[in-house]
Amino acid sequence: MSNRYSAFALARHALQPDLPWPRAWASPEPKPSYDVVIVGGGGHGLATAHYLAKNHGIKNVAVLERSYIGSGNVGRNTTIIRSNYMIGGNTAFFEHSLKLWEGLSHELNFNCMVSHRGQIVLAASPGQIDQFARRGNIMRLNGIDAELLDRSEVMKLLPYLDYSKDARFPIWGGILQKRAGTARHDAVAWGYGRSADQQGVHIIENCEVTGFVMENGKAVGVETSRGRITAGKIGIAVAGHTSHVAKMAGLKLPVESHILQAFVTEPIKPVVHHVVSWGAELFYLSQSDKGGLVFGGHIDGFNTYTQRGQFPQVRTVAECAVSLMPFVSRLRLLRHWGGIQDMTPDGSPFICKTPVKNLYLNGGWCYQGFKATPASGWTFAHTIAHDDEHELNRCFSLDRFEKGGELDEHGLGNWTWKQ
Amino acid sequence: MKIPCPHCGLRDYAEFKYGGDATKSRPAHGEGNLKTWHDYYFLFENPKGPHREYWQHVLGCRQWFKLTRNTATNDVEGAA
Repeated sequence: MSNRYSAFALARHALQPDLPWPRAWASPEPKPSYDVVIVGGGGHGLATAHYLAKNHGIKNVAVLERSYIGSGNVGRNTTIIRSNYMIGGNTAFFEHSLKLWEGLSHELNFNCMVSHRGQIVLAASPGQIDQFARRGNIMRLNGIDAELLDRSEVMKLLPYLDYSKDARFPIWGGILQKRAGTARHDAVAWGYGRSADQQGVHIIENCEVTGFVMENGKAVGVETSRGRITAGKIGIAVAGHTSHVAKMAGLKLPVESHILQAFVTEPIKPVVHHVVSWGAELFYLSQSDKGGLVFGGHIDGFNTYTQRGQFPQVRTVAECAVSLMPFVSRLRLLRHWGGIQDMTPDGSPFICKTPVKNLYLNGGWCYQGFKATPASGWTFAHTIAHDDEHELNRCFSLDRFEKGGELDEHGLGNWTWKQ
Repeated sequence: MKIPCPHCGLRDYAEFKYGGDATKSRPAHGEGNLKTWHDYYFLFENPKGPHREYWQHVLGCRQWFKLTRNTATNDVEGAA
């Protein structure tokens, strides 16, 4: 394939600077009809299109994106990948995702810069050590790597933390998943998009869905800002705006939209070699390849569609960073931004059929959308192709609250804004 | 964002806690079936636009009140 990326292609383009790199994906005019239309050109929508073509041979597919590829949450997260879940339903799903991450750059012929640098969650109390031991045991029983660390082992791996007597929260130890790490989020969107495009999928940017075309209770197409498009099947993958889009099809969902902020400091030399998370407060930090510390915390705590964070949460997250890693106080914050995420009553997502025939839903990702991207696309493609859930996403159904099937990983109860 | 507390006046949002959709009305005891309660408890209107919601002035008078706020802009339209 002429537009395959390789060392030879790199050399060829270096020697022929006038030869432009081909566009990563085309910009086709929408056709009047497709077998499958995916609403939302984020990581999950593009991954779904890739796996529909690759695993199920369904190539007459359009991905409709309101803005441009990479403009939504796939470019707004803190890029962490991991599979340290312990509730049945989550465990196998997120491990499948991590396994897909492991081969993703080769599969897509696109360097996703997947880095298995390991994630350490720090325990702030003896009780948390017990809890981590339980989590680690469940993970290992499911074939997932987990290692319990005591305080001295954490001190060797993370010498820059506050271990003093004055530390607000003493560090009792931690749990390490070595296969966890980070990936370059933009590359994931571009790689999935380019791969889907090469398999014949139409990626249509600047095309907003404004309504669904219904016939006898079935979804048969979408109205868009670029005209009506009919479709055999329609998948919604617009997390952040899931309620807004599903409402056009007459659905009311267990979802509230909340803002999560992320932060990057000025770049410094390599110092943080892992993803570090904290048990005292929801806080997670890693160092990007450019050198900036990338970190985040909780959602702001009230529903909103504005991608602007509030200052109190900036302060809280900065306080977490400084109390855990005192040296951070000497760094300047370079950028911070917000992304809108679907919060569900149990903190777990939906990949499922809906009460509307031919309409499928992927959303409700809470904090965990990015790491789930490969498995989300993989299982959503299966669900659309077979009109049935795969074993891996059977627990992520829309009616699980009616049936007592909540997946409350954190045991927090029915509060979207506290998950 | 600033929020007008009906008792204390205009205060910074940091003093308040969000309490969810205030347009939901709890079904009467024993009313309806499992679906009635599921819909009341688990489903959200989640509009992109004006939203009537509960807030509590936790770091002030601790009063609960209803606020109308536009979720697309965070413009606060008033409290009662």
